[in-house]
Amino acid sequence: MAKIPQRKIHDYLRHDKKFPHVWCAGCSNGIVLGAVIRAIDELKLNRDNIVMVSGIGCSSRMPVYVDFNTLHSLHGRAIAFATGVKMYKPGMKVIVITGDGDATAIGGNHFIHAARRNLDLTVVLLNNNIYGMTGGQYSPATPHGDKATTTPYGNIDPNFDICKLAIGAGASHVARTTAFHAIELQKQIKEALEHPGFSLVEAICACPVIYGRLNKKGDAPAMMRNMRDNSIPIKAAEKLPPEQVAGKILRGTFIKEVRAEYTDAYQKMMDQLSPKEGE
Amino acid sequence: MTKEKATSKKTEKVEAIVEKKVTKAVIMQGNEAVAKGALAAGCDFFAGYPITPSTEVAEILSNELPKIGGTFIQMEDEIASMCAIIGASLAGAKALTATSGPGFSLMQEAIGFAKITETPTVVVNVQRMGPSTGMPTSPGQGDIMQSRWGSHGDAPAIVLYPDSVKEAFQLTIRAFNLAEKYRSCVVLLMDEVLGHMREAVTLPDLSTVRVINRIKPTVPPQWYKHYDENQKYLSPIASFGEGYRFHVTGLTHDDHGFPTNKPNEAAKMMERLNKKIKHNIRDLVQIETEHMHEAKVAVFAAGIMGRASKEAVKMARAEGLKVGLLRPLTIWPFPDDAVTKMLKDVDAVVVPELNEGQLFHELERLVRERKDGSLHRLNRNDGTVITPAEILTKIKEVYNG
Ligand SMILES: Cc1ncc(C[n+]2csc(CCOP(=O)(O)OP(=O)(O)O)c2C)c(N)n1
Ligand code: SF4
Repeated sequence: MAKIPQRKIHDYLRHDKKFPHVWCAGCSNGIVLGAVIRAIDELKLNRDNIVMVSGIGCSSRMPVYVDFNTLHSLHGRAIAFATGVKMYKPGMKVIVITGDGDATAIGGNHFIHAARRNLDLTVVLLNNNIYGMTGGQYSPATPHGDKATTTPYGNIDPNFDICKLAIGAGASHVARTTAFHAIELQKQIKEALEHPGFSLVEAICACPVIYGRLNKKGDAPAMMRNMRDNSIPIKAAEKLPPEQVAGKILRGTFIKEVRAEYTDAYQKMMDQLSPKEGE
Repeated sequence: MTKEKATSKKTEKVEAIVEKKVTKAVIMQGNEAVAKGALAAGCDFFAGYPITPSTEVAEILSNELPKIGGTFIQMEDEIASMCAIIGASLAGAKALTATSGPGFSLMQEAIGFAKITETPTVVVNVQRMGPSTGMPTSPGQGDIMQSRWGSHGDAPAIVLYPDSVKEAFQLTIRAFNLAEKYRSCVVLLMDEVLGHMREAVTLPDLSTVRVINRIKPTVPPQWYKHYDENQKYLSPIASFGEGYRFHVTGLTHDDHGFPTNKPNEAAKMMERLNKKIKHNIRDLVQIETEHMHEAKVAVFAAGIMGRASKEAVKMARAEGLKVGLLRPLTIWPFPDDAVTKMLKDVDAVVVPELNEGQLFHELERLVRERKDGSLHRLNRNDGTVITPAEILTKIKEVYNG
């Protein structure tokens, strides 16, 4: 595994102000944070020009720790706030950090509409299959049959395939991997940041303290091993018979298309309206 | 950045849009006056969701904003609209949304966010009658208390309420100015009949319009605090992208904007929110009075009912009755001092409003002494207005005790 430059990550943190962090030992959220920072560092993005927007949840606590322009907004509304920022200052890199509940339950409407507009946001969705912050209620991403504090008899809801949801809504760049595959995650986030349009990276995360415990998934290392053993790259899955793919987490980039981006479309409209220079 | 616009050029364009109407009177709708007022105040961002009777504000701005380098976006709902204007404002925009009751209800959580994060934003609520969908094209004044208490957690409110098309223009500008100066969400309440009423107005020359912009920080980034109040409890505000890299959260926060659970820091934050209103009450409260110095009976009314009351007072005075009018242009913070004085000075106060008695409660709160004037409600809540003649009848009823 590539060496993780710890010092580099430290440079990007508000280490003098906001630590210790709120996340439990064994939580995947820190791994995703590391991947986000390394991707940003690789691209040499100007941090004055980055706005990180989140909703509410364990995952959405991320922005407070990093030294960018940061906006910890309302539950479900990160993408709506981010839309305002991006539309007003299209030159800024707007990154949305959100949870499965935040983005697909209470914030589902904003999620699909930003994808439909193909607004240039980079959405990193930390899917831990549960509402972590409020103590373990089921989310639209809790697998059928699983336990949550509000599904004591097992979850009767079918769950979203969040990547399919984004593709269906019109997202032009959609990828998924797990927190175990930290380097792949970093690469996916980097590509998403480079993509001009709405991009989603779904990071499958472990919440060992709540989801793991409720569903007897073992401790944090066991949940990480499970991500390794129960996921397959899309390419590999294509060559396998369906029964060997069923129930596995598909990893990789599902769609990557360059389409008209929303702030560009708005700019074009304005250009047509304003009289040419010298007129 | 393509969207970084040259301010001077933009002002010229705004002037061109508003100016055509400057010298002579033009016929204009209340909602149109709001849109024009917003542009005159420097509004360069609108996010909204269509709803009667406010939609014209969005329609007009969708036409005008792209011409001057501003942004218009129709969001997926009112929650998103309110959140988007907060995001835009944090990036530096003078941002507006417009709605009516059902949308205003949806916006409440985010309005609280704008207040706790002290983010300048303007919300226009063209009220309709009734709870829920109610009567979309009929007047009602049911949102007076909602505009004060609608968002959870007990934060103060700044709410303005015009009575004419011309005043809708003026108070929209003032709403932006107060939002910028006080770093808060300012609500402009309108009546359905005002939103859709057309009347002749002469708009002022744009060069005479006083536009206030937010105070910008002068310190280097490492010294910047997102909440750094002065003696008047007002603080400078940086925008995203200016090198300050600050944090904004709806959690209770310290002066830097970082979350805190410490009671003393939470108390300081709440104190600032309240004190910036209380200490600047004279700047915030605007009232109009007519004949109050010699009134035996007063009428207290806001918005379109203030307008009807003015007419009723005129009729009463033509009959030789000593009647005066007190009309708040700012309903929140409530004009406590003026009302207290009125209660002392007159024998009786008539309070006509298109609800079950919301301003009336505030007057009741301020009755302190036995000899204060008696209070008389006059309510209607059926989608029609109370006419000047009806107000006159009530005045006469209470005039002789
Ligand atoms: C309007 C509103 N409803 C409910 C809540 C309570 N709440 C806070 S976080 C949360 C769920 C978070 O779950 P998810 O988005 O999956 O993030 P996680 O904590 O698992 O990272 C809920 C329901 C809230 N803060 N605001
Ligand atoms: S509750 Fe779960 S998601 Fe939240 S910090 Fe703990 S392990 Fe992470």
